[in-house]
Amino acid sequence: MTIILNGEERAIEARLLSLALIELGYQDVVVATAVNGCFVPASMRSSTVLSDGDRIEVLAPMQGG
Amino acid sequence: MRFYEVELASRLMLGTAQYPSPAILASAVRASGAGVVTVSLRRESSGSLAGQRFWSIIRDLGARVLPNTAGCHTVKEAVTTAHMARDVFGTAWIKLEVIGEADTLQPDVFGLVEAARILTDEGFQVFPYTTEDLVVADRLLAAGCQVLMPWGAPIGSGRGLNNIFGLKALRAHFPDVPLVIDAGIGLPSHAAAAMELGFDAVLLNTAVAKAGDPLAMAQAFAQAIEAGRLARLSGPMEPREMASPSTPVVGRALLA
Repeated sequence: MTIILNGEERAIEARLLSLALIELGYQDVVVATAVNGCFVPASMRSSTVLSDGDRIEVLAPMQGG
Repeated sequence: MRFYEVELASRLMLGTAQYPSPAILASAVRASGAGVVTVSLRRESSGSLAGQRFWSIIRDLGARVLPNTAGCHTVKEAVTTAHMARDVFGTAWIKLEVIGEADTLQPDVFGLVEAARILTDEGFQVFPYTTEDLVVADRLLAAGCQVLMPWGAPIGSGRGLNNIFGLKALRAHFPDVPLVIDAGIGLPSHAAAAMELGFDAVLLNTAVAKAGDPLAMAQAFAQAIEAGRLARLSGPMEPREMASPSTPVVGRALLA
């Protein structure tokens, strides 16, 4: 399945967001997630099923003013 | 000073962007004594995990974190960013920015009020980045905001307080609302002037981060803000149109 991770196409095996994050290298990290522009809380990742072409945003703390 | 029932010792709030290095950022925050630092959310690459390192530095500082919605131009973007920030940072505080104009980064005050209402209804404690407009301020308070953050000048411009008349009016109209000058501060004298006008705190970033010596500039701002606050509480004299001798005239020798 192909998804769009932070604007870039990626091929993944996992169908659940929680497993996709591990497959994509985000294990044990502090991030916030959104799928197709909608916020997905950390507690909902393991029940969020991904579809081909989904846009996933993975955001982390960053410098800000 | 209290924001949403939280007591803060320092009236300086500091941004965390644009410092020459993470070490200088940490030193500058410590030197400033700031009790609140602003942060944002950006895309995390699993290759670099830069955000994880940044978050570790911020946590070590021990300051309270105020996440922003910087870069959001719509209500939906700002509200979604706020949700994501609460998930990551574990705070109900949100510095709400809904930008309306690209050159001045002026807030879209219509979107701001709408987003503020949505977020306060959801339990967020909103710090709206706004203008000095009194009607907008009134609407933000009606939407549930308990702090207002009017701009001094456009973000990153370093121009100081562009509309002193408007800011004075805002202070006078809302004597009991915590008011923070956010954005546009370039010099410690600007921050002192804001405090002398009776503002409760100052939020700045670029003026410290882009200084030749950010650590020293952070200290300069901390001192200026304390000086301005003390001056406000001390009852400044009224300005006069003409000179008035300060040395007594009585007892002056006739030497002509």
